[in-house]
Amino acid sequence: MSIETMRHKFGPVAVIARYTALEAFRTRYIWLVVALLLAGLGIALFIGDLAITETRQTQAAITAALLRFAAVLLVILFVTTSVHRDFSDKSVEMMLSLPLPRAGYYLGKLFGYALVAALTAAPLSGLLMFFAPAEAGLIWGLSLLLELVLVCALSLLFAFTFNQITGAISATLLFYLLGRSIAAIQLMAHGPLTNQAQTSTQITTGLVDGLAYLLPDLDQFSRSAWLVYPSGSTGDLVPLLVQTMIYVALLSAVALFDLYRKNF
Amino acid sequence: MIASLHHGGSRERPVAQVPKPVILLLLIGLGLQVVWHHWRPAPTATASALPYAPPADVLSVASLGDAIAFSRILNLWLQMYDNQPGISIPFRELDYARVTSWLQASLTLDPRGHYPLLAAVRLYGEVPDPERQEQMLEFTYEKFLEAPLERWPWMAHAILIARHRLENFELALKYANALADKAIGPQVPHWVQQMSIFVLEDMGETEAAGILIGGLLESGRITDPQEFSFLSDRLNLLAESGQSGDER
Repeated sequence: MSIETMRHKFGPVAVIARYTALEAFRTRYIWLVVALLLAGLGIALFIGDLAITETRQTQAAITAALLRFAAVLLVILFVTTSVHRDFSDKSVEMMLSLPLPRAGYYLGKLFGYALVAALTAAPLSGLLMFFAPAEAGLIWGLSLLLELVLVCALSLLFAFTFNQITGAISATLLFYLLGRSIAAIQLMAHGPLTNQAQTSTQITTGLVDGLAYLLPDLDQFSRSAWLVYPSGSTGDLVPLLVQTMIYVALLSAVALFDLYRKNF
Repeated sequence: MIASLHHGGSRERPVAQVPKPVILLLLIGLGLQVVWHHWRPAPTATASALPYAPPADVLSVASLGDAIAFSRILNLWLQMYDNQPGISIPFRELDYARVTSWLQASLTLDPRGHYPLLAAVRLYGEVPDPERQEQMLEFTYEKFLEAPLERWPWMAHAILIARHRLENFELALKYANALADKAIGPQVPHWVQQMSIFVLEDMGETEAAGILIGGLLESGRITDPQEFSFLSDRLNLLAESGQSGDER
């Protein structure tokens, strides 16, 4: 494939990605990230005043947990409302009327939101470097970026699928929370308190195991242990990268399946 | 796919409109996810150590203004700590200084709550480990002294554990005396004051027990005729046993 052909094919994708990322500035999303950064700094300093020992570790663990969840919420809200706005002001129909495949529109949006995810994860990672070793902060930040990219794909899928913002945000949040807790649920289902001789327990355990096969291991992402006990290495990011690639591909396929069947 | 549930079949284009590469990507993605999950190591259960409770100020902020509800959540969380996902830890393996810090935190958030004291006496105080049992009894004793009229039932439980489980009569007497001295009020039944008498009897201190019963009868606080009669009989029995002991 020549460079000219590639430019012709992927040029519109890059344009959509650029304008999607620019939307973060135009809608003042970036100011929300700055506010989150300041809130994170305030929380960290407040925790520092309260902790009587292991101050840095306590600051890093609690601030990271709060920032991660807040960042996930921000990204979900941004992606969902942005897609909803595209549908409301008919800009989707305008773009699809151009010589651009639906997959091109989808990929443009996904790459644009991934850029927004990077703009969200980078400053938060930088903040945590003040309370944890720089390498640990960097690994945590990269892991947060992968997690946010996954959340972008998830939000995009549900924003295409549900007509209502409330439904889309609720479904994304539920899916995310289930992904984060499925490992614990699976362990409890196989735990010593369950009676595996009972048919109902066997069915429940089977359902939980089946669900675990279909959900991403989100509890492995952005671990506080990296910040508190600097034991993480860049090698820890490889399985997360593979999981992100597989799951983003799967979510994209489901979203495209829906998008290609949509009538405008 | 899911959208068809929302829009109805008429607004959906047929599946044939979906490009084959998308369907292929869907199948490959699904297959890879299943293979990846199968290939990844299964989650392992690791018991995490119980941390010390954070300072009361932190818990107060974390309660978001509803200290009582948060205190109840803490109680349940602590109670379930022995059963972490996929693993079961016996209570006797918990660090009781940390358990005490959580019970204290719960009581600080909800001073009128009885749950932490019940857990201290009946849950953590039941482990077959005298040292840990005494830790829980001491915690109950300290908290009883802060509000004797509300917390006397847990002190009474503590006396029974000290007397029958630990067989530590000195400790049981210390608690029983505290109960008799501090838990005095219309809402506290008389038998609470009498617990020290029975502990003294068990210790063979019949003379001291007799003096206590005599004092109780003379104080005029026993108004129920049946109870008065029971204690008088008890006093006579103690006097008889004391006499026979002297004769021997």
